[in-house]
Amino acid sequence: MPTKAEKELFQGKPTTGHEWDGIQELDTPLPKWWVYVLYACIAWAVVYFILYPSVPYFTGYFKGVLGWDSRTEVAQKIGEAKRAQSRYLDRIKTQSTDEIRREPDLLNFALAGGKAAFADNCVPCHQAGGAGHVGFFPNLADDVWIWGGKLADIEQTIRFGIRSGHEKARMNVMPNFGVDGTLKPAQIDDVAEYVLSLTGRANDPAAVERGAKIYAESDKCIACHGEKGVGYATPGAPPLNTRIFLYGGNKADIVRQVTKPQLGVMPAWTGRLDDETIKMLALYVHSLGGGK
Amino acid sequence: MDARAPIAPVKMQDEVQSVRQQKQAIAASKSGDSLYAERVRVYPKAVAGKFRALKWRVLGLLLAIYYVLPWIRWDRGPSAPDQAVLIDMTNRRGYFFFIEIWPQEVFYLTGILVLAAVGLFLVTSLAGRVWCGYACPQTVWTDLFMWVERRIEGDRNARIKLDKGAWTGAKWARKIAKHAAWLAIAFATGGAWIMYFVDAPTVVSDFFTGRADYYTYFFVGLFTATTYLLAGWAREQVCTYMCPWPRFQSAMFDEDTLIVTYQKWRGEPRGKLDKAGTGPQLGDCVDCGQCVAVCPTGIDIRDGNQLECIGCALCIDACNPVMAKLGRAPNLIGYDTERRMAARAKGEPMRYRILRPRTLLYGMIFAAVGLAMVAVLATRSDAEINVLHDRNPLFVALSDGAVRNGYTVKILNKERAERIFRLEFKGIEGAKMRVVGLVETASWIELRADPDTVTTYQIYVSLDGAKVREERADVSFLLTDISNLETATRHTWFYGPKR
Repeated sequence: MPTKAEKELFQGKPTTGHEWDGIQELDTPLPKWWVYVLYACIAWAVVYFILYPSVPYFTGYFKGVLGWDSRTEVAQKIGEAKRAQSRYLDRIKTQSTDEIRREPDLLNFALAGGKAAFADNCVPCHQAGGAGHVGFFPNLADDVWIWGGKLADIEQTIRFGIRSGHEKARMNVMPNFGVDGTLKPAQIDDVAEYVLSLTGRANDPAAVERGAKIYAESDKCIACHGEKGVGYATPGAPPLNTRIFLYGGNKADIVRQVTKPQLGVMPAWTGRLDDETIKMLALYVHSLGGGK
Repeated sequence: MDARAPIAPVKMQDEVQSVRQQKQAIAASKSGDSLYAERVRVYPKAVAGKFRALKWRVLGLLLAIYYVLPWIRWDRGPSAPDQAVLIDMTNRRGYFFFIEIWPQEVFYLTGILVLAAVGLFLVTSLAGRVWCGYACPQTVWTDLFMWVERRIEGDRNARIKLDKGAWTGAKWARKIAKHAAWLAIAFATGGAWIMYFVDAPTVVSDFFTGRADYYTYFFVGLFTATTYLLAGWAREQVCTYMCPWPRFQSAMFDEDTLIVTYQKWRGEPRGKLDKAGTGPQLGDCVDCGQCVAVCPTGIDIRDGNQLECIGCALCIDACNPVMAKLGRAPNLIGYDTERRMAARAKGEPMRYRILRPRTLLYGMIFAAVGLAMVAVLATRSDAEINVLHDRNPLFVALSDGAVRNGYTVKILNKERAERIFRLEFKGIEGAKMRVVGLVETASWIELRADPDTVTTYQIYVSLDGAKVREERADVSFLLTDISNLETATRHTWFYGPKR
């Protein structure tokens, strides 16, 4: 392939010297004004360099004559958004969650705000959508609540936490029936069999009968979990008559929980989140499907 | 863009040179090849004739459509704009007379663009560059600007003389008048452009009272500047150097495509009219240069089909009176196809081949896209439902053994009135629905959809555990307008535990 500039065969026009299968590349000169457009663009770039942040120094950078920067612009836009939100936030501040729930536009705003706050603060444990994690963190989308599923209950739980060390925290202790020797392993097995029977899963009727007696002793299970395992939110005793168990619903899980109960901790969010956010979170969690 | 430099090689009156010849003359006068090409000014001469008249009519029609369309009113009720054609960016709606387009339906715009492209291909393969020659905005506005130029500075020779002459008071006056007129037209063009995006009467009064927003002034300024530069200064440079269309439209051409062409077999050898009849036998072309003088891109059509030719047909109008005066047959330059021209030269029978694989294919694509558009438009519904299945969690087991799935249901109400819809869950019997914010639980629910917007509901559907037999069951939501029974349906799934 010749690379020397040549004249094209038929019209005598200059070529670049490139040829592919007999097709020659003409070297048609660029119109002059096109070059001027390029120069104008270069001039524009220089102006842009001077007006806007451009050249980095060893410490810092040239800030530009206009003094514009993207962070200030973002801060300004966030400020505008906050001002726009304030007409809702002011109302959320002064009203109770039950009142907010009755106003559709306010509820919509609170659910959106709650969703964002949930993603920032709650998802690490409770998972997206409040699905929870069996054995660790409760599902917030189902209809079983250990500490109550009414709006006010949820709000209180978020605000002060569970065994969080806050003076108003939700607090209870299930005895270590197995570890401290109150119940022997065989008795615990019977109790577990009885608990399984509440959801129709028992295999040994005799054990169920023995377990029922232990369950019903006044200082044992019935004191908190109630008759037939209905559960009470006030002491935070979960129902045992559903198949939804925070720490697992198999016999081995139940035996383990009676022997040496696992006691979950949730932090208090008051002080970390403002009052409006806690209310919005309560409304959002309530809306996940299980709210009472 | 120096108006004085490149015109020296043009000899007035007797000999007219094409841009190509002038460039060659400039190149020959310099030692070595220049990297950059000088701009050679084109001074198109006024011409009258069949195609010029047609071009004026097309120009008038297109400009009338452009300027009048935004002012046509179309009543859509109190809460909607009453402009017939409007692209409302702020409210995300497109209006075209009785059609209202939502952002979700932007495929209509895609369809129109596909139709425009294929239509252009079809027309080009049949009749060559009629778009370039008659309808392209660059051609229309350049024609208009040239007309203004002619009114102020005179015809070809007067303009050449004016540009060559010294800067006298009269020259200044003419130049200032011309550019002022151009700018006025450019401003009207840029001003009309924004009327397609905001209400025309409002923006006109806002504009002149200083109440319009920054964007309005910016875009009017931008389109004023581009119109002035492209139609006043750049002209044929746009077609030759900037526009991609001339570069690839030859792909639609074949030997049966109608082009503006010179009948070389008949015209050559060209030469000055030999009145005595003593010289050698000459062709019909008397080399009067009229075809070059009227050409808006400054080419010589007798050089054959070339990139710069926009197919405006003005050279036909220039040549035919000359032929008539000499008593020779018309259309030495005319619309013809390569195949017909070859047959004509040999005296063989000629025919047009309109039905060719290429035109049939373009025609079929055009018809298919057009029919699909009409079908979609005719069956366009005023209500739509979109359903998003909640993915976190996919399903929730409830205390009574039931299984619950969550859905975000969006109802698109394209009417300007509030509507009540009945929402039903189809696919598995015995489902209970619940809406967040509404307490009731039922097998169907009534939902309110706000006018002209999307209303979103969070919906929970619960099914008895015994009825959930599959990990993923096919289900759907059916939406029915309770007053006119219009329906919309959307498929989704109901998830359950692993089996």
